[in-house]
Amino acid sequence: MARLKAWFDRSGWSDLIVGLPYLWLVLFFLLPFLIVVAMSVATKTPTAPPFSFGGEHPWINLGGYARLFGDALYVRAFLISLMNAATATFFCLLIGYPMALALTRVSKSWRNILLMLVILPFWTSFLLRVYAWMGLMGKSSWFNAALTDVWNWIVPIDWAVKSLPMMHSNFAVVLVMVYTYLPFMILPLYASLERLDPTLDEAALDLGSRPWQVFLDVTLPQSIPGIIAGGLLVFIPAAGELVIPSLVGDAAAPMIGRVISDEFSSARDWPMASAVAVALLALMVIPTMLYSHYQARAEGTK
Amino acid sequence: MKRRPTFLLSMLAFGFAFFYVPILSMIVYSFNASRLATVWGGFSTKWYAALWSNTKVIEALMLSLKIALVSATIATILGTLAGIALVRMGKFRGRTLFSGLVTAPLIMPEVITGVSSLIFFLLLAQWIGWPAQRGFTTITLAHITFSMVFVTTIVQARLLQFDRAIEEAAMDLGSRPWQVLFDITLPVISPAILSGWLLAFTISLDDVVITSFTTGPGSTTLPLLIWSKVKLGVTPDINALATLMVLAVGLGVVVAGIIMNRTEARRLADERLAYRTNG
Amino acid sequence: MADTAFLRIEGVSKTFGTFHAVRDVTLSVAQGEIFALLGGSGCGKTTLLRMLAGFEEPTAGRIYLDGKDMAGVPPWLRPVHMMFQSYALFPHMTVETNVAYGLKHEPMSKAERADRVREMLDLVQLTQFAKRKPHQISGGQRQRVALARALARQPKLLLLDEPLAALDKKLREHTQFELMSIQERTGVTFIVVTHDQEEAMTLADRIAVMDKGEVRQVGSPTEVYEFPANRFVASFIGSITTFAATVVGREDGQLRLKVADFGTEVLARDVAGITEGQAVTLALRPEKITISQARPEAANVVEGVVKDLAYFGKDSLYRITLPSGALVQVHAVNARRGDEAARVADWDDKVWLSFEPGAAIVLGD
Repeated sequence: MARLKAWFDRSGWSDLIVGLPYLWLVLFFLLPFLIVVAMSVATKTPTAPPFSFGGEHPWINLGGYARLFGDALYVRAFLISLMNAATATFFCLLIGYPMALALTRVSKSWRNILLMLVILPFWTSFLLRVYAWMGLMGKSSWFNAALTDVWNWIVPIDWAVKSLPMMHSNFAVVLVMVYTYLPFMILPLYASLERLDPTLDEAALDLGSRPWQVFLDVTLPQSIPGIIAGGLLVFIPAAGELVIPSLVGDAAAPMIGRVISDEFSSARDWPMASAVAVALLALMVIPTMLYSHYQARAEGTK
Repeated sequence: MKRRPTFLLSMLAFGFAFFYVPILSMIVYSFNASRLATVWGGFSTKWYAALWSNTKVIEALMLSLKIALVSATIATILGTLAGIALVRMGKFRGRTLFSGLVTAPLIMPEVITGVSSLIFFLLLAQWIGWPAQRGFTTITLAHITFSMVFVTTIVQARLLQFDRAIEEAAMDLGSRPWQVLFDITLPVISPAILSGWLLAFTISLDDVVITSFTTGPGSTTLPLLIWSKVKLGVTPDINALATLMVLAVGLGVVVAGIIMNRTEARRLADERLAYRTNG
Repeated sequence: MADTAFLRIEGVSKTFGTFHAVRDVTLSVAQGEIFALLGGSGCGKTTLLRMLAGFEEPTAGRIYLDGKDMAGVPPWLRPVHMMFQSYALFPHMTVETNVAYGLKHEPMSKAERADRVREMLDLVQLTQFAKRKPHQISGGQRQRVALARALARQPKLLLLDEPLAALDKKLREHTQFELMSIQERTGVTFIVVTHDQEEAMTLADRIAVMDKGEVRQVGSPTEVYEFPANRFVASFIGSITTFAATVVGREDGQLRLKVADFGTEVLARDVAGITEGQAVTLALRPEKITISQARPEAANVVEGVVKDLAYFGKDSLYRITLPSGALVQVHAVNARRGDEAARVADWDDKVWLSFEPGAAIVLGD
């Protein structure tokens, strides 16, 4: 007992504090991930589990990666994913930036209420937020009817439609992504805008800049870290999105998340699913590294 | 010179309309008598009654709550330890890998986490015969793994703005490091730990993708049940279920917000009083 | 003079809701002057400064600069620039681009602009730091960048918000003189806002002492110190001891006062607007009172006992109890050297206090 106490006193439980979460993450996160990386160079077999190393092929089979570039299915899925994610990120920024800026301009008491209203949808179920839009975009919904009226009023008579085909399209996917990920854009933007010193704006006004010039010269350049953080928080999950395209997307033009899932469960091609996953991850790593590079630089200047 | 930022405020109004019109529409249509979910057919609460007698929904909800409770609790313990390790333990062997492991699940697309967990569990079953069945255990394990890093992020942020002098004061007054941890550090960061638990709980309750990969026959969580129903289209009973869930969460967040505002207001009032009475 | 003044502030008030930040302030400032607004926090000096810059519009009253009414003119169109208390340097720009920032709104060629920036950096001796970012230079250097940036557009009026507050003691003295020399070279009119009386006294040609949104006195540093107009100004600038007194007579341009605490009558410099029989306040500055062991031959002599003394080296501060129980503060310069000589008197010594009639301040309020 005394010895145990002495050990506690000396180490302050430090071995346990570091060791437990470390072990957990290595076992349940790193190891599965390494298995996927290894799997991506294995060969598909009709056995159970459906893969092997070696056999007729060389020990490492790069066939999966070759197919990534050779097979139009994968190239197309990657392009659609990147396009959708980039478009969603752009619109999140377009809507989220003015909202975040407005939040810094309202009174303190209002600000807390409005911030809570920004976060509230985030706490409600993700699935239900997608579902809510399914209700709105459906052919017989009041929202679609209203938009159809607007459309028919704007466009020439030959283009008139009975209802807008919103569901099951990339448009629907991007719209719902913007809807579900908008809080991820607003919050980091708000955090970085709120930190800005309002006397800098006054200094620029005092030196002869009009309000819109102040925005371009002072506010925007200083909020770039927030833009990047928000952009990544939207882009990364959007690019790998599985649920939204499965519910409102065009089944004929699958995104990459769907491809991984299908390769794995329907085609039972574990090596191919792994190769696609590794490729997607590589695509995610590039923007993330850019971000941490930016952050490191920003912190270095403090 | 204080002009109203008209453009910004109208963008704010537009943004909030964008946020809330779909949810409000969903709530309104949950009281729709018509079976066609998007055509109004008069007011009715029959879908709520139908929901109440739907044992599948109740079962799925119970399973989701059970998984969320267990996984959030374990994730909070592990995540808090990881946060303390990163901020307080200085340099230890493998620190770089550790900090990488703590951030990686945050940016890993869920599909990849899901697939890799499933392959891992399948191979484990093959090699050591466990887990023989996927279900509660495998879902919970996966949830712990990817929600603990959110707890770590919150705890880490709180610890970084923590005044170390009060820990040193405790040591100076004779506390051993582990006593400092229990007497000083954990109580001070307890609000962060609580919000970490809440976040982990919500993430687990809400998760679709990772659950869909790690689940097995007979283990349908509420999001999985909703997903499979919603894939077939919009139905009024889902509207009712959604309304109940939105109201429950909304009520929880509003109450928590009011309590937090109250405590903050009281703290400010106390401070003002202290200033006035002490000069 | 008021009509031709360079800057005229006429009856300016500013209210925020029910709070009166500035009440009916009227001031005029001559071209090329260094004018200080002095007062404690919440006295309205900063609000007045922000109205000059155009960040706030007056609720009532007018501001004329060089004959032009400034009402409704936005900050970006005013020939008024400000050196902010926090300096408000743009963190994402270099020293050089900070200084050049205001110039981009001037119709001038690139070369002219570069020349002006160089000239300004020379003026504040920061040429070698032109390419640095604000966080890479010291506090004193940042202040000089802020000054150069505000001066680059050659404003008619330069507003300085607590210009020395963020600097340490040694740098303050140096900067004080530098500010004055730059003002002399550029000829720009300076308005300095400060809560520090020493800063106001050394920098300014004239000082407006403010309290609760009102101007309580305007005058040169000597005027506000030696001839305060009211009790607020007398006690805000320097320290004083006050006594209730009654005017009992006028002789040779002097007032004869009866002071209950002294148990005797004293003579004081006459002040206009004071009538015989009026209850007044007699204010004495500690350094204007002489302390001695033997009864001196002087117009005003009071007896007392040393209750407390603090030795500062170059001088000492005494607290003297009068027979009535009232306390008087006296400052004595320690002109001689040595253990004994360092003190004029010791604890519990009986001493005599004396002061010139001219040194006694009589306040009507």
